[in-house]
Amino acid sequence: MHPQWIMKFLVVCRRELRSYFSSYIAYVLLAVFLLLSGYFFYSDLIFFVLFGGYILPTGLWQYVFLDMRLCTLLVLPLLTMRLFAEEKKLGTIELLWTYPVRDSEIVMGKFLACWLFFLLMLLLTVVNPLIFYRFYHFDVGPLAAAYLGILLLGTAFIACGLFLSSLTENQVVSAMATYGILVFFWFLTWNEEVADERIIRVLLRLSLFDHFYNFSRGVVDTRDVAFFGLFVGLFLFLTLQSLSARKWRGVR
Amino acid sequence: MIQAEHLTKRFGTATAIADVSFEVARGEIVGFLGPNGAGKSTTMRILCGVFPPTSGRALIAGYDVVADALRARRVVGYFPERVSLYLDMTVREYLTYVAQMKDVGARGRRAEVDRALGAAGVMHVAHRLIGTLSKGYRQRVGIAQALLGQPRVLILDEPTAGLDPEQVAEMRRLIRNLRGENTVLLSTHILPEVEATCDRVLIINQGRILAVDSTPNLNQRLRQTSQIYVEVRGPAAAVAERLQSVPGVLSIEPAPAPLDGAVAFTVSTEKDRDLRAQLAACITGAQWDLQELRPVALSLEAIFLSLVGEPARIASAVDHEVPRRLPA
Repeated sequence: MHPQWIMKFLVVCRRELRSYFSSYIAYVLLAVFLLLSGYFFYSDLIFFVLFGGYILPTGLWQYVFLDMRLCTLLVLPLLTMRLFAEEKKLGTIELLWTYPVRDSEIVMGKFLACWLFFLLMLLLTVVNPLIFYRFYHFDVGPLAAAYLGILLLGTAFIACGLFLSSLTENQVVSAMATYGILVFFWFLTWNEEVADERIIRVLLRLSLFDHFYNFSRGVVDTRDVAFFGLFVGLFLFLTLQSLSARKWRGVR
Repeated sequence: MIQAEHLTKRFGTATAIADVSFEVARGEIVGFLGPNGAGKSTTMRILCGVFPPTSGRALIAGYDVVADALRARRVVGYFPERVSLYLDMTVREYLTYVAQMKDVGARGRRAEVDRALGAAGVMHVAHRLIGTLSKGYRQRVGIAQALLGQPRVLILDEPTAGLDPEQVAEMRRLIRNLRGENTVLLSTHILPEVEATCDRVLIINQGRILAVDSTPNLNQRLRQTSQIYVEVRGPAAAVAERLQSVPGVLSIEPAPAPLDGAVAFTVSTEKDRDLRAQLAACITGAQWDLQELRPVALSLEAIFLSLVGEPARIASAVDHEVPRRLPA
């Protein structure tokens, strides 16, 4: 018998996606995300038309994407919380570990599933600028940069959420801890007045949201891209480590 | 087919199993017997690759479960103690997913899923959501999942736990049907299960293997004397006295009396000496009615308790399954 090689992470990914779409939670999250981002787009556009002037990237896109960042922060931890926590709670993860599949393939599959779902969410929001484009032919470049930025930011959120989901079997704990870490990374630079300038400079380098700032104005800086890459890599690595803790800690 | 060599597993300071060694030959059905918390599940999880042993090694079909994990796992079908399935999938969707995980090629996948559905007797619920199935059916889906990919080794952790008697009988039949093609290691803390399904038994307690033998051999090994159960309608004291006088009888103990006023005794005789004819003659010679006369087999439970070190409880565990007759 020749075992035919199947890309295992795709099998894992497909099951996760099926699981998302078979529960109405996914549809609720999708609906809320689209509703909020649509509303923000509308109100930011009104604001721009009334007070903004003529520079689209700093006058409109920046506000739209800074707002969309909040929607992403709100929705993604709710999307990642179940990835490992649910399997641990149900106990299905034990069987997964007895199949001929590597831990890395499981992590990649789950990560990819969530990422694809997020990608879908973002693609659906493209409707807003598309409608705008019908009336006003703007330069697409800065908008694309901003979308790249929010995609990278969301990818970082997902990696972080995936890791925290692997630490617990309680989905609420998983989501709340993800909020905690992400918001901490956001507020890291808010205490400028208190902290020493040298420390602030380091904190600025670490802050997730400061690295997003350039993107939202239409600027793609490779240092920002590298930062998100490192952030995602770090959390995926930590997730793998957390999964292999079963080797000395055991399974419930 | 399964080789465990000096397996030890520690979780922090707690030792789950210590120096566990055994082998299971190809085609055997071996029972893994022990009380809850004895280390059965830990051993099985090591064999299935859930986590590695702290020391020692295990081979499945010659593959090391740690160093050659993916190959070893491809040979094993596992049924976990806690059967957990994705409740939001239908049975067929779930098994198709498992088949993909187990490297069942796209061409034969549907046929293989059908085979597992049939073997586990869940074909007629294939389209149902797992979440809507009863416990018994979920167990069967768990078995189907283990059978997928035609693994040569099956490791079943308490496959009959939580089932009603009818389902238990059915599950045992299913397991017996695996005989020949598969090598099966089956854990349980229910004794009749081992007697009903297994060729050999491994007895484990507090993380250590206490005995490995075939069921009849174990029985023989532990039986120092032969016992005969005698049920007579007659005066208790006189019956006991007369039974005691038969040559070869070592001792007599009263057994739980039947309900209809007869008296019952367990007669211990010298080993391997069948005194049934003499005992029958002595009873009928005294004009009493002999209602029942049969050799008492030491149950696995008695063997088990003596190995675990509770000899005091053996007497009560000796097979006294007297059919209780209600007064007419």
